[in-house]
Formats: sequence, structure tokens, C-alpha cells
Amino acid sequence: MNCRRVRRKFVNALVLFLSGVAALIGLAMLAWILTDTAFKGISAINWDFFTKLPAPPGEEHGGLANAIVGTLILTATATVMSVPFGILAGIYLAEFGRGGKLAAAVRLVADVLTSAPSIVVGVFVYLALVRPLGHFSGWAGAAALAILMLPVVTRTTEEMLNLVPDAMREAALALGAPYWRMMFQVALRAAMSGMLTGILLSVSRVAGETAPLLFTSLNSPYWAVNLNQPMPSLTVTLFNYAMSPYEEWHSLAWGAAFLITMSVLAFTILSRLWLRGVNRERS
Amino acid sequence: MPQDEHNGRAGVEGVNAAPSAPGVGRSAGDAIFRFLTTGAGVGLLLLIAAMAAVLWQQSALSRAKFGWGFLAHAVWNPVTENFGALGAMYGTAATTAIALLVAVPISLGIGLFLAELAPQWLRVPAGTAIELLAAVPSIVYGMWGLFVLAPIMGDVVQPWIQERFGDFFLFSGPPIGIGILSAGLVLALMILPFISSVIRDVFLMTPSALKESAYGMGATTWEVARDIMIPYGRKGIIGAITLGLGRALGETMAVTFVIGNAHELNFSLFALGNSIASTLANEFTEADGDVYLSALIELGLVLFLMTFVILSVAQIWLRRMGKREGR
Repeated sequence: MNCRRVRRKFVNALVLFLSGVAALIGLAMLAWILTDTAFKGISAINWDFFTKLPAPPGEEHGGLANAIVGTLILTATATVMSVPFGILAGIYLAEFGRGGKLAAAVRLVADVLTSAPSIVVGVFVYLALVRPLGHFSGWAGAAALAILMLPVVTRTTEEMLNLVPDAMREAALALGAPYWRMMFQVALRAAMSGMLTGILLSVSRVAGETAPLLFTSLNSPYWAVNLNQPMPSLTVTLFNYAMSPYEEWHSLAWGAAFLITMSVLAFTILSRLWLRGVNRERS
Repeated sequence: MPQDEHNGRAGVEGVNAAPSAPGVGRSAGDAIFRFLTTGAGVGLLLLIAAMAAVLWQQSALSRAKFGWGFLAHAVWNPVTENFGALGAMYGTAATTAIALLVAVPISLGIGLFLAELAPQWLRVPAGTAIELLAAVPSIVYGMWGLFVLAPIMGDVVQPWIQERFGDFFLFSGPPIGIGILSAGLVLALMILPFISSVIRDVFLMTPSALKESAYGMGATTWEVARDIMIPYGRKGIIGAITLGLGRALGETMAVTFVIGNAHELNFSLFALGNSIASTLANEFTEADGDVYLSALIELGLVLFLMTFVILSVAQIWLRRMGKREGR
């Protein structure tokens, strides 16, 4: 009996110790990655980094201004393309598709698409848009990013609409409002803050995507604000630079990694804080 | 969703079924609204169908030339236009397996630590930090792997392992740092925050009455975790691991930097290799022959079907399980 208690206590202590060690190792590795990125990245970031175009290897004072602008354009275009579509699909799932077979299929596809390999989405957009049109383009890159955002927006919309009490819907309908009007003036408004957070999080996720852009928007060392042309992005530029043999390019790549990481983290933190503020205001 | 009825959902469902339900002819606006939203939902189905169809149709050349043998041989020779997917499939499977073997136990440890063991003041900040790390783009992990992890693996870790277990086939070959093992480790680091934050959430959902009654019976923390928290959250834990698996299978950037981009099939963990995703990332824009491009597209098709089947089966199974358990 006593022996058994000792054994149980020992096993408990051992597991707790291992769990603590696992947590320590995991957190330490992740902290290591972030500090490396910060230290190597900050030294590459200066005024030139934000204002100059990429320079050929060997030349100093090159920057990634075009890639920064390119990433912003691509992400914004993808957001505009996917958000209305995603919200409509989410409304369908939450309002008209409760319990239906078709809705169950749409839900399943959205969940699978959320984890679909982003590079395959790139291949698909290459075959569907780039090859038929005959050239790489910002539109194709934005479309690939939009496909990645779509399922997230859809499922977030559905989940947030599900949180809106039916009594609110019924109250509006009882006043004689048509269903669509009730949706836009009551249900969607109530779900808005949660939906926005979900959308912002998915925006920050696709802003850091590389794989779907490799063969859609490609890359460009020039200013490119025309979506009909190949468009540079921070992530693809980072990939090319890091894989190159040049030291200055490696340094710029670390700078790009730092900038992307910080922007994504800042964006994520801000949208969470904002959601918390909205929730507090309401309660 | 049968549980809806218990949440006071029956009301609207009843409204929907009534003859004067919205979108059934009472108002033109509602009809349009219903048509548009349903159209968007069906659009998602069409999108995934279009992906499958385009990949299938555009890989016709490769499928006709290599048949099922494409999946069974490991030659990848653009010059003679002879292609097989086995090498890339092995690389994908091996890196994913390493990633899950490393990440899942550590994630369970982190989840348990954050939910049950850590001092109160540490729980929220550490939990938030882990969630934020899940948002760091995978390319950052890949680049870190190439410039920081690979040199350490090549100079310190791999020689050390070879000194001790040099004859073992898994550790043969020159210790160059990059390769299957390093790619698997980077992948593990990438999916670690994601899996741990979901597992933490799952652990936190265990009702405290259940935990406290176990503690009250004299159970140790580990026994509570093993007999209460893990069984209670089984569905969520398996879901988290499946999502991690899906991410690892299709991840491109975390792998491409460090796997070495070599096409021979070599079972040593130190060997250079290729995953399906890294092959596509490296070669797709350079493919100059029709057969070459078609073979790459078929690789994409293989990856698409792999993830699609695994994720669908997991989702359907999770939903069934949820229904049976009444959750």
C-alpha cells in the first residue's frame, strides 16, 4: 500500500517534471527563433530598406520598398475579393443551411480547404489564371490568397452568427422586417466585432504566405503597382534572397523576416485588443 | 446539428419550414438574398471541385505516360523525362512523421503545463505568447532553420550522433546539417505553437467539478490529467493533431529551405531529400517540358488528394464522435 503510494507520487513527479521540461524546451526554442529574427533583422532595417528598390548583389543601399508595397496591394486585393463571398457563404451556413445535407458538405469543404496545402492552391491558380492569360500577374497572386482566406471568413461568419440569439432575429421578423433586412440590420451587426476579428486574423495569415505566390504573382525587382503585371512581395523576395549566395541579400532577407513577423504579430495583438475593447463596451 | 434544438434553435428552424418562410416567395428581396447566399455556399463546393478537376485534367500527360507506376518509382529525371513520385512522397511522409513525433508529446506537455501546472501569473501571458507564435509565417521558421539550425545540426548534433550510432542506417552519410531530419525538426517547431494552444484550450474546457472530484478522491495531478482531462478532451486533442498533420503535409516554406532538394530515395535521416511541396516550390517555374510540368501537376494532385482524404476522414469521424457523445 505504502509502496504503491510512493510509486504513484513518483510517477506524478516524473510526469510533471517532464511536462515542465517540455514546456521549457518548446518555449525556449520559439523564443530563440524570435530573438534571432529580431537581432539579425533589426540591423538590416534602416531608411533605405523602406524607401529604395532592390539593388543588384554587391551594391549597397538596396531596399525592399517595392516588395512592401506589393505585399500590401496583394493582401488588400485578396481581402476585397474573398470577404463578401465568404460572408455570404457564412450566412448561408448559419441561416439557411442548419441541419441540411448540402450545408454539411459546404461546411466540410470549408474545413478541409482551411488546411489545404497552400502550394497546391498556387498550382491551381497558375493553371486556371496564369497559363490561360499567358503571364504572371498580381491578380493571380491575390486570387490565390483570396482562396486561402475564403474558408476562414466563411466559418468565422457562421460561428459568429450562431452566437446571435434567435430571439433577436425573431424580434426583428415580428416587426415585419424581411429576412435580408433583419440580417443586415440586426444579426450581422450583432456578429460584426467577432467577424472582424476573424477577418483580421486571416488577413495577417495570408500576408505571411509565400507558397501560393511563387507561381502566380511571381516577383519583380521594379516598382509594380499594376495588378496585370508580376508583383513583388516581401515573402517571395525573402525566399529568393535567403536562397541566394550573397551576404547583403541574406541580411535584407532577415530584415524582411523581421518586418513580416512584427507586422503579423502587431496586427494580431491589435485585433485581439480591439475585440476585447468592443466586448467590454457591450457588457 | 441536432444539439441546436436544445439551445432554443427550434424556433427559427420552424420558421424556415413554414409556408411563408423567408425566401419562399413572400418578398423578392428575400428570394434574392437566399439565392445569393446559397450560391456562395455552393461556390465553395464548386471551387474545390474545380481544383480537383483542373489538377486531374492537366496531369493527363503524366498519368498516361507513367500510370500507377508514378507512385511507385523514385526516379526524377527531367533530361530523360522520366518521373516518379516515390522520393517526394517519402520525404513528405518522413518529415511529417518526425514533426508529429517531436511536436505532439511536447505540445501535450505545454498544454498540461499551461492549463494545470504553471503558476497563475504565468498562465495568461505564456498562453497568449504561444497563440501569437502560431501566427508567425512559416517562411520565418524555414529561414531560421537554414541559417541557424542547419549549421548546428551539421557541426554538433549530427557528428555527435554518428560517433555513437555511426553504423545505424538511419544516421549514415555525411553530416551536412540540412536534410530530412532538420526539415522535420523545423516543421515540428512550426506546428508546435498551433497544436499546443489548441490542446491547452481543450484542457481548460474540462469542467472543474470533474477535476476537483478526482482530486478529492486523492488522485495526483498526473492521474487527473490521464484519467479525466485527456479522455474528456480526446476529441479536441485528436482534432488538433489532425490539423497539425494537415499543415505539416502541405507545408512548403518551412521545409523547402532545409530539406536539400535532392531526388534520390535515401532512408538515412541525414540524407538530403525532397517533399512534394518543396519539389513544386523549387521546380514549377523552371519546368520546361510538357511532361515535366504535367508530372509536377500530378505531384500536386497527389498532395491534394492525400490531404483531402486525411482531413475529410478526420472531420467526418470527429463529427460522428461529437454526435455520439452528445456534444
